[in-house]
Amino acid sequence: VKEEAPMTTRITVLGPGCARCHELFENAKAAVVDLGIDADVRKIEDVAEMVSRGIMASPALLVNDELVLAGHVATSRRLGELISASM
Amino acid sequence: VTTTRAEAAPREREVAIARTWLAVAAAALAWTVLYQVNGPLWEWLLFGPIGLDPRSRTGESIRFFVFDTTKILLLLIGIIFVITVLRSFLSVERTRRLLGGRREGFANVAAAMLGVATPFCSCSAVPAFIGFVSAGVPLGVTLSFLIASPLVNEVAVVLLFGMFGWRIALLYVSAGLAIAIVSGFALGRLSPERWVEPFVFEVRAGAAAGGPRPEWPERFALAREEVAKIVRKVLPYLLVGIGIGAAIHGWVPESFFARYAGPDNPFAVPFAVALGIPLYSNAAGILPLVEALYAKGLAMGTLLGFMMAVVALSLPEMILLRRVLKPRLIAAFVGIVAAGILIVGYLFNAVL
Repeated sequence: VKEEAPMTTRITVLGPGCARCHELFENAKAAVVDLGIDADVRKIEDVAEMVSRGIMASPALLVNDELVLAGHVATSRRLGELISASM
Repeated sequence: VTTTRAEAAPREREVAIARTWLAVAAAALAWTVLYQVNGPLWEWLLFGPIGLDPRSRTGESIRFFVFDTTKILLLLIGIIFVITVLRSFLSVERTRRLLGGRREGFANVAAAMLGVATPFCSCSAVPAFIGFVSAGVPLGVTLSFLIASPLVNEVAVVLLFGMFGWRIALLYVSAGLAIAIVSGFALGRLSPERWVEPFVFEVRAGAAAGGPRPEWPERFALAREEVAKIVRKVLPYLLVGIGIGAAIHGWVPESFFARYAGPDNPFAVPFAVALGIPLYSNAAGILPLVEALYAKGLAMGTLLGFMMAVVALSLPEMILLRRVLKPRLIAAFVGIVAAGILIVGYLFNAVL
């Protein structure tokens, strides 16, 4: 029996480097700490990459490459709900 | 045991949804009652238990201050809530689908209106621009969208309505839409494609990903968050603006602005617009000042021109757009929109 590798949740914040995008990034990091999960929180500021992923409203949040939030900053509590719902 | 649990989940969900609707209905009722009693309640409180003299200047000023601030706050809370719920049915991705492949002209009108209706922040300007262009939305139409979005801003409309009544608010919305439609169309006539950074045309937009479709409780939760955010942002501006207004009221003579920047001075509008372009603020920061200056005899067209220039054209936005637009197109953009604002300013001064 092979032991399952611990799954790291990939959380990606997309936005062109604006204040709101930074706020969402910080809230996402806080949400991960509150949930106590093993997660890799990253930020993508390349606009061309955002658009090629079909995202136009920033800031946006992906959990394991799935879009869960676009166009607004959510509180860390709300982000916690969104992240645990799509894990 | 497992069956009951499986059945309980959807019922719990239903109960939660019913509870949310009930809370919204209760809030709507409370809002209506507060809006109705706002005037009489303050009058009773200030001139009754507090004991101010209704005939004194101070008494009347304080009454007006608390009544007006409460009224504007209530309007902001109610209208922003409703607007955010309505807007949650639209998204930038959806708007892009609606505008994709349409011809210029009518599409400029649709784009300006969608610019007002779509939830959008200036930080989305660049990704939206690339996304629209890659979906085959003509450049002029895309620009109509990008001009209308900050210009006809919901906070501005609510504050104008609260401070000057629905006529001025309606006039502002129509003028903002007209500027966005005509400026976008005019920019489209200049073959602006040559002034767009080439990489924009190479981006292949992915399938529109709008995120999960929200349910009613999520829409309401989003609206509540938005109301809290806007009130927190606007309140200090309102109080400071009213403070500045009071200072102007006490220290600047009544005829000062009327003499130098009244409707008769032809240079007042261009000066106000030129002053407003590099400035960057939101409607909430500008409008209390506008109200104070209006009370001092500054013409409404001049003031609205100033406000439009502040919210529609700003240095940070130009720097952001520079990533996708060449300086020539940015210059044409600023020039044409500024000309539109100038015309609207003169027009307002002539008719109001």
